[in-house]
Amino acid sequence: MKLHLRVWRQAGPEKPGKFVDYDLDGISPDMSFLEMLDTLNLKLVRQGEEAVEFEHDCREGICGSCSMMIDGNPHGPDRGTATCQLHMRRFADGATIHVEPWRAKPFPIIRDLTVDRSALDRIIAKGGFISVNTGNAPEANTTLIGRDLAEAAFEGAACIGCGACVAACKNASASLFTSAKISHLAKVPQGHPERKHRVQAMVAQMDAEGFGSCSNTGACEAACPKEIKLENIAEMNREWARSFFVRE
Amino acid sequence: MIGKLDSRIPSGPIEDKWTQCKFENKLVAPANRRKHKVLIVGTGLAGASAAASMAEQGYQVKVFTYHDSPRRAHSIAAQGGINAAKNYQNDGDSIRRLFYDTVKGGDFRAREANVYRLAELSVNIIDQCVAQGVPFAREYGGTLTNRSFGGAQVSRTFYARGQTGQQLLIGAYSALMRQVGIGAAELFTRTEMLDLIVIDGKARGIVTRNLVTGKLETHLGDAVVLATGGYGNVFYLSTNAKKSNATAAWRAYKRGALFANPCYTQIHPTCIPVSGDHQSKLTLMSESLRNDGRVWVPKKQGDKRPAAQIPVEERDYFLERIYPSFGNLAPRDIASRAAKRMCDEGRGVGPSGQSVYLDFTDAINRLGAETVAARYDNLFAMYEKITDENPYKVPMRIYPAVHYVMGGLWVDYHLMSNVPGLFVLGEANFSDHGANRLGASALMQGLADGYFVAPYTVGNYIASEKQPVIRDDHEIVRSTLAGVKAANDKLKSIGGKTPAETFHKRLGKIMWDKCGMARTDAGLKQAATEIAALKKDFWNDLLLPGDSSTLNSELEHASRLADFIELGELMCRDALERKESCGGHFREEAQTAEGEAKRDDANFCHVAAWEYQGDGKPALRHQEELKFENVKLAERNYK
Repeated sequence: MKLHLRVWRQAGPEKPGKFVDYDLDGISPDMSFLEMLDTLNLKLVRQGEEAVEFEHDCREGICGSCSMMIDGNPHGPDRGTATCQLHMRRFADGATIHVEPWRAKPFPIIRDLTVDRSALDRIIAKGGFISVNTGNAPEANTTLIGRDLAEAAFEGAACIGCGACVAACKNASASLFTSAKISHLAKVPQGHPERKHRVQAMVAQMDAEGFGSCSNTGACEAACPKEIKLENIAEMNREWARSFFVRE
Repeated sequence: MIGKLDSRIPSGPIEDKWTQCKFENKLVAPANRRKHKVLIVGTGLAGASAAASMAEQGYQVKVFTYHDSPRRAHSIAAQGGINAAKNYQNDGDSIRRLFYDTVKGGDFRAREANVYRLAELSVNIIDQCVAQGVPFAREYGGTLTNRSFGGAQVSRTFYARGQTGQQLLIGAYSALMRQVGIGAAELFTRTEMLDLIVIDGKARGIVTRNLVTGKLETHLGDAVVLATGGYGNVFYLSTNAKKSNATAAWRAYKRGALFANPCYTQIHPTCIPVSGDHQSKLTLMSESLRNDGRVWVPKKQGDKRPAAQIPVEERDYFLERIYPSFGNLAPRDIASRAAKRMCDEGRGVGPSGQSVYLDFTDAINRLGAETVAARYDNLFAMYEKITDENPYKVPMRIYPAVHYVMGGLWVDYHLMSNVPGLFVLGEANFSDHGANRLGASALMQGLADGYFVAPYTVGNYIASEKQPVIRDDHEIVRSTLAGVKAANDKLKSIGGKTPAETFHKRLGKIMWDKCGMARTDAGLKQAATEIAALKKDFWNDLLLPGDSSTLNSELEHASRLADFIELGELMCRDALERKESCGGHFREEAQTAEGEAKRDDANFCHVAAWEYQGDGKPALRHQEELKFENVKLAERNYK
């Protein structure tokens, strides 16, 4: 395959960025999108130029490292697919492809396609956990959780923290990310003692980081590589409202 | 040269050793713990769980990861599950049976006392993870459910769909982030450890590089804990994440820590076959698939018919045929070698002939496609994305690939290396899996080490040692920092024409061909010559563009590769000296008439621990004899 790439290059957070054009030939349709970028980088390095910096690691769609806009879509055209699981057979021979970093104020660009997503960790640090010190746990089967409830909790827990939801959102809202964790922990009985504090603290941190509000367009759900549902946001809102009326 | 290796195994019956050890341990009073600093490198299952637990205890914890977030560590990619001796299935499991299976699975090359402790702690791990909200699979009545894994005849594997590693890591990560949020642990992301600071023979700190600014820094403390994972990427192609590397462990080795059994690598039988030269990594298909999938090749050589057109009587379900009592759930090393033998006989399938079928047709007919989907749909979907083939319709094709390393830094029962104050946890150490790891045991070991072992044994070390205060201006701190700077400058100054990637692929090919699934005396000697030539070329011809004061993944890769090349040399040397076959280490000279691994207990019932002797000098081989008092040394039989 032949490809024409337009890749966002930016030397640092305060430096100006721009699209740079690259032509690639001999791309196999069986390559993953990242292997295609590896090919580009090998070519650049051989010419003594700096490689395009992009995040990646497991290349199995689970670590959440990869983070790029492909023709305006976070992780590219496929539903439920992270960039590393996207293959070149999805593109036409001779296609022009635009590759950009996540665009959101709380995700400052570090270099090229690499952004700083530590705001998501700070949201988790405020309440995305159950406070149980090592050694405090009761026998596992004393907590009974029905299969359906366990499955429902899993749906939120499956989030890989990539930030595609933020990148897809016109408001750069982190509501899908935050709500997935809130909903996971609100569903299981172990999470109940801290429900009230958790939702308030996580939502407050989400706002403090500068993420925008949710206006229910559902772009996040469409972009999520783990297909996490918009219903989680409704659940977060319920949890939040509940936290002001229920005494715990 | 170091003296005799002391594994510090507590006296008494094996059931009481850990209790005895904990009782004999010295304690640091709660109010005094905040005066002591522990540096933890790595945030996978072992590192994150140790950091969270020790911060909860009250120590000052600094924790380091080269990722942008602790949650990216490669533990996240583990699919199948985690073993624990809960006996919830009422099928005769017990701590003793898990211990026995693990020792036997490791082909009698692990230390009994460590393995027993691992089995003992396995039950606590499940309790802890459930309390954290980890969504394990459950029965309709609400209790936890299990599945079977290779090398066991009981069902003791807990799982969260095909994403068990992710869920366990998120549990440990959230516990860690809770400590970070309250200021009890300090987190350094995008920070890579590049050297160990050893003062008066003790580990007192590390040198790190900030991967964004390139700034080199030193961090000092009372103890250093390495939880930096395995070195499977020495083979270039493996199921490891792209950034997984040996650098932290290797640099500790060069500061005096012994490297144990480097040649013990696990080749996993069920990976998606290589599709071309562009391939950057290999993808595992969970061992859990072998619960329902049947592995076969055509009986005839070179049979190119599509799978569906080959009648059942012309198929060889070779695992079921050769190992009737374990069948498709034969352990990984055994199943991998059997698949290789089939391909070597010319009966492999697929375009390259380098794969075997993993077929779900019978399971779909027996259980229905819906039940099969409920068990494996995410794996089937991943397979289809990569190969463009639908495993509900045509059998999966699989081939063995490098997955895990059993070798690692030598540690005693306290998980402390021979360098006092340097602790090594998880895949980075060598301790529990012998020469072959059973499925669903890596998660178990990472969390046992991090939640339940290190918090006790590191505390004991801190309580036992009176440490002088060290500051940044200490001569050794400064010289270690200067050494790292000089090493980076040296890489930058080569100015050659060949990118790191090219050298890495070349190293991988040497290792896979000559130190992979089958090893010979001549091949290993040849590999040593080839690696020496590669090393020379690397240091003469490396092309490294970009700046060292910004994010520069080429520099990171080159720096890690320099260590992989040296490690590759040591792996071949270790494989050459171990003239027996055991577990994942298969020497063609040492096999039974049926082609199975043939151990030599008279000469090799020991751990080989290598001591660095300086650049260009051959490493020195030490031995720790292994004593089997609770499990009888026997030929490993899965027939």
